[in-house]
Amino acid sequence: MPSVCFYFQVHQPYRLRHYSFFDIGHNHMYEDDEANKSIMLKVADKCYLPMNSLLLKLINQYKGNFRVSFSLSGVFIEQMVQYAPEVLKSFQELVDTGCVEILAETYAHSVSFLFSPKEWMEQIALHDELVKTHFHVRPTAFRNTELIYNNDIAQMAEQMGYQAILTEGADQVINWRSPNFVYQPGNCRRIRLLLKNYRLSDDIAFRFSNQAWEEYPLTAEKYVSWLHSLNGQGETINLFMDYETFGEHQWASTGIFEFMEALPGLVLANPDFSFATPSQVAANCSPMARLDIPHFISWADAERDLSAWRGNDLQDDALGAVAALEADVKKTEDPDLLRTWRRFTTSDHFYYMCTKFFSDGDVHKYFSPYETPYDAYIFYMNALADLELSVRHKLEEKKKVRRPKAKKSDAERAAAAFSPEMTTPHYEGAATPIRGN
Amino acid sequence: MRVLMFGWEFPPHISGGLGSACEGIVRALTARGTEVLFVLPKLSSDKGQTTQGLTMCSASGTPIPYAHKDFQHIYRETNTYWKENLRMEVVDSMLSAYATPEYYEKAYAEYVRQQSVREHARTETVHEETSVQLHGGYGKDLMSEVYKYSLAAQSIAARNSFDVIHAHDWMAYPAGILAKKISGKPLVCHVHATEADRSGTNMNSSVAHIEWEGMHAADKVVAVSHFTKNLIMRVYNVPESKIEVVHNAVSRKDARHIYHTANPKGEKQVLFMGRVTFQKGPDYFVEAARLVLQTMPNVRFVMAGAGDMLLSMVSRVAKYRIGRRFTFTGFLKGDEVERMYAASDLYVMPSVSEPFGIAPLEAMVYDVPVLMSKQSGVSEVVTNALKVDFWDVRKMADRICAVLAYPALGQFMVKNCQEELKSIRWDNAAIKLNRIYADLARGN
Repeated sequence: MPSVCFYFQVHQPYRLRHYSFFDIGHNHMYEDDEANKSIMLKVADKCYLPMNSLLLKLINQYKGNFRVSFSLSGVFIEQMVQYAPEVLKSFQELVDTGCVEILAETYAHSVSFLFSPKEWMEQIALHDELVKTHFHVRPTAFRNTELIYNNDIAQMAEQMGYQAILTEGADQVINWRSPNFVYQPGNCRRIRLLLKNYRLSDDIAFRFSNQAWEEYPLTAEKYVSWLHSLNGQGETINLFMDYETFGEHQWASTGIFEFMEALPGLVLANPDFSFATPSQVAANCSPMARLDIPHFISWADAERDLSAWRGNDLQDDALGAVAALEADVKKTEDPDLLRTWRRFTTSDHFYYMCTKFFSDGDVHKYFSPYETPYDAYIFYMNALADLELSVRHKLEEKKKVRRPKAKKSDAERAAAAFSPEMTTPHYEGAATPIRGN
Repeated sequence: MRVLMFGWEFPPHISGGLGSACEGIVRALTARGTEVLFVLPKLSSDKGQTTQGLTMCSASGTPIPYAHKDFQHIYRETNTYWKENLRMEVVDSMLSAYATPEYYEKAYAEYVRQQSVREHARTETVHEETSVQLHGGYGKDLMSEVYKYSLAAQSIAARNSFDVIHAHDWMAYPAGILAKKISGKPLVCHVHATEADRSGTNMNSSVAHIEWEGMHAADKVVAVSHFTKNLIMRVYNVPESKIEVVHNAVSRKDARHIYHTANPKGEKQVLFMGRVTFQKGPDYFVEAARLVLQTMPNVRFVMAGAGDMLLSMVSRVAKYRIGRRFTFTGFLKGDEVERMYAASDLYVMPSVSEPFGIAPLEAMVYDVPVLMSKQSGVSEVVTNALKVDFWDVRKMADRICAVLAYPALGQFMVKNCQEELKSIRWDNAAIKLNRIYADLARGN
């Protein structure tokens, strides 16, 4: 009795503006509000609103037999509130039907797990709060940013009380095993592991409108026949994809909406088949085997590893810089600074710095708001440098309150933050010293 | 395939990038089995040597049998061509390849006094003279050298067999055109630079006219970049179908790693190296330096090179009161260049119009990160460099600060450049040129 488990990832980062070196210390607006707003509105128009209303119609039509799940990143929820409240409302309507599950994730769609498990858990808790505030539900299944996963993540998710965790059914870890069963992660007891069936997922997400693909055009009938052919060979077919697939990556003109509209009826035509959400799958299916995944995997690029966000020197340097600021930011106890800093942990910033296929102008470039990975790095580091200055000011202020210290001018502090050499006074018009040989 | 090649520079007879480009092209061509007869204005030893398919040949010293009937024909043809097509009565002039209008004004006064017209007339009548004499380089009477070079080119063309003629830059175009006339072989004009790059709108009309003639007489025009291709389509009206882009490269033999020397006081160094002329955009470098120094005082800016804008650059630096952070070294050579690279944290090429620009590639070879203007051919072949518009001084300063403030950035660029340089090879140019030669020889 296989069930079809849809999970849609919904996320928009707070993109940084072209933050100049000369802005450091003078301008604390890091985000490109205009771009963020216009992208949100554009995607809302092409994808979120039409797709949400289609899903609502299907859920009503099939009277609870059609179910889907969403993961809405915290920064996405905040941008909805900020720029597109009608989108938030349409998601709320979907959740209110009871047929839509919201998954847990990190607030900032972040890579914080890579440098601070403590911060990572705080961001998950923060996201839980946001979901509770806006949707009045508490997530019971967890998915990490970009399906980044290993044994440790599963273990910590279990400790946090989640019943299911999702990841990529990457070839390098599942080998001959089928992604269409539920597994038990490495050292865990209760939590269940759901693996993305990447072939069937990518048929919709990437290949649907590819005219060079031998299966083009993909009709709902053909696709459902593939799903039905798995009858008896699995318990769950996990179709995980970006929500923007519908209407944004695959335009409405490709027929993607008609495809989705026809799909539930055709799937349910076979009485053995049903739809389920990740928590339902975890509750209904017993694990087929224990699956040990010690190394990081993800759903990105062909490598399905962390190389999209970590690995080149720019990314590692930027990650190191944002990680180094954590302790100080938290010491300030300033919620604004902390929120701003958390947005710097968003995975997209590091994705833009990826140089894997730099010269080919690949998918990374398609999603990047910057001309080159170098620009992405420079703007990020400039903005972070300014945040660091603000954090130091705040800490100095706090110190001053406790015990007054020798006064330093703002300029001196700003200078000291950059390079210690700058503090040595220099006099204009003094004779130029000749550098020693 | 045998190629008759005309070029004004070839190492060690060299003054700029043209010579190294010619050498890179010729070495790669001969390595692929193409025979090259390279005609220089003047060789240090008068006899041409042949090595691995390359024959060097000096135009100076070419026997000119003035009394011979055939030669008189050549001589008449040359003069008619220069007069009617290039619209020039050739005389010893004070023309220099890299000079400005101010320079010409001064030189012209000098010229009128000398009345070198008469000198030339003497050459014409003295029949016992048996060979052309050239000096090479970029002397005062460059145009008359170019004329004599074209004269010699024809007798060289008449005495040798070859399939294609290949001429590098305007000094060699008349030679190429006339060699084509006498031999009927196809002509390739290779555009390394144009008068439009060097002088903007203050073009020297004689030079520009020779360039125009060359590009239109050629069967194929080779541009060193898409940037140059667009420029010669726009300024010289050459049809697109006639132009092929062959990018320059940098030879690996120059590639040796040097030890970077950090300044003990933690001072960072930013380098401009090149002619201090309009084309190279030194003024934008000074403006960017001024902005950088407002935020990062502990930076040294070095302007290495000489040129007609040097004095005005010095006074502008003085005016901005940033003299103690600015060093003018004058023209550097040999290991001074190497040491300058070794001490630098960033190389900046703010060129206003750079047909190709090998210098950034050299900086890359020496492991120095590079910031270049988008108005350059080299930016088409290099991905791992920072690129800005030459006029966008603020952005230029912003990127300079970023490289100096975040060491990981420069290191990463250098690391990627090492990989990238492996694919920027003269051999790629040779492959393209051989295809062009073969097409022309077949009559396409």
